[in-house]
Amino acid sequence: MEIVSLISLWFIPVLIGFILVYATFKKVPTYESFVEGGKDGIKIAISIIPFLVGMMVAIAIFRASGALEYFLDFIRPLFVAIGIPADVVPLAIIRPISGNAALGMTTDLIAEHGPDSLIGRMASVIQGSTDTTFYVLTVYFGAVGIKKMGDALKVGLLADLAGFIAAILIVLLVFS
Amino acid sequence: MINVIWAGLAIIGIVFAMINGTISDVNEAIFKGAKEAVTLCIGLISILVFWLGMMKIAEHAGLLDKLAKLFKPFISRLFPDVPKDHPAMGYILSNMMANLFGLGNAATPLGIKAMEQLKALNGESTEASRSMITFLAINTSSITLIPTTIIAIRMNYGSASPTDIVGPTLIATICSTISAILIDRYFYYRRSRKG
Repeated sequence: MEIVSLISLWFIPVLIGFILVYATFKKVPTYESFVEGGKDGIKIAISIIPFLVGMMVAIAIFRASGALEYFLDFIRPLFVAIGIPADVVPLAIIRPISGNAALGMTTDLIAEHGPDSLIGRMASVIQGSTDTTFYVLTVYFGAVGIKKMGDALKVGLLADLAGFIAAILIVLLVFS
Repeated sequence: MINVIWAGLAIIGIVFAMINGTISDVNEAIFKGAKEAVTLCIGLISILVFWLGMMKIAEHAGLLDKLAKLFKPFISRLFPDVPKDHPAMGYILSNMMANLFGLGNAATPLGIKAMEQLKALNGESTEASRSMITFLAINTSSITLIPTTIIAIRMNYGSASPTDIVGPTLIATICSTISAILIDRYFYYRRSRKG
């Protein structure tokens, strides 16, 4: 494991060094190219603000009103019926909607049940194995101005579901 | 569809708050949510500027083309609509690499760049193309080698072996990515059958 953390530590500086050495060798005007590319970054960051504000406010309203809790209570038995522990159900549902909320929930579960408990491990694997579908969708499509997103949301959410089931089965298989 | 989901979330929340007596919480959440979103975007500026700058150097030096060529056989099967030596391939690959190494910060700018290229390939249409949906599906299921944040949290709470979830997470993430690709294919064939 030390090798893994060593790689993570060295990866970015080495990558940057490599790009710069290679580009200098190829006679690319490095600084000018950097500035040119960086300007795009500002444009993109500003242009996604309305998309994120809209999405995050709607999700915040849904959460704060208590509708989310109600909805969770409603579908929890469904998950429990197929053998998924009730404690991780909210996490599985929140994970595609809000990254921050999911991280908070994972931390809570780990704090409450212990990092080496079955539930703690399940939460860890669920958190680590998928991304926040709504966020990715909002940012990527928002930044380039896609209005009709076709099947993208359906595909993303179904893939998340497959990911949760895989995460839970694997944890049960490996740790219990 | 997104219009219905978006308005639906807000409307259901507001109606629910009226019945449930949580109107004041909702009031607070509206402004907190908006502020959080802007803070997030402002935080993204530094990362976007830095990584897009670095990637522009890589692009000018021909590194992205090299990367695209290296993984051509694998990636062109996933994205049959994208011409083999198109710059989109380079960005898609760099985005996947960044995700793989848990560099979510670097992955976002590259993903946006890839989307831009895919949109250009699609004649600047505002409709999502087949490749865009595939790319998005792969991204939402995120292939990660080392879930660094989770390991850090586990360490904080005194886990005996904080990294023992790395293997299971990797298997789970591979499962979800393969499912994403299969589900995406299924929807694509369903669409094309309908015409």
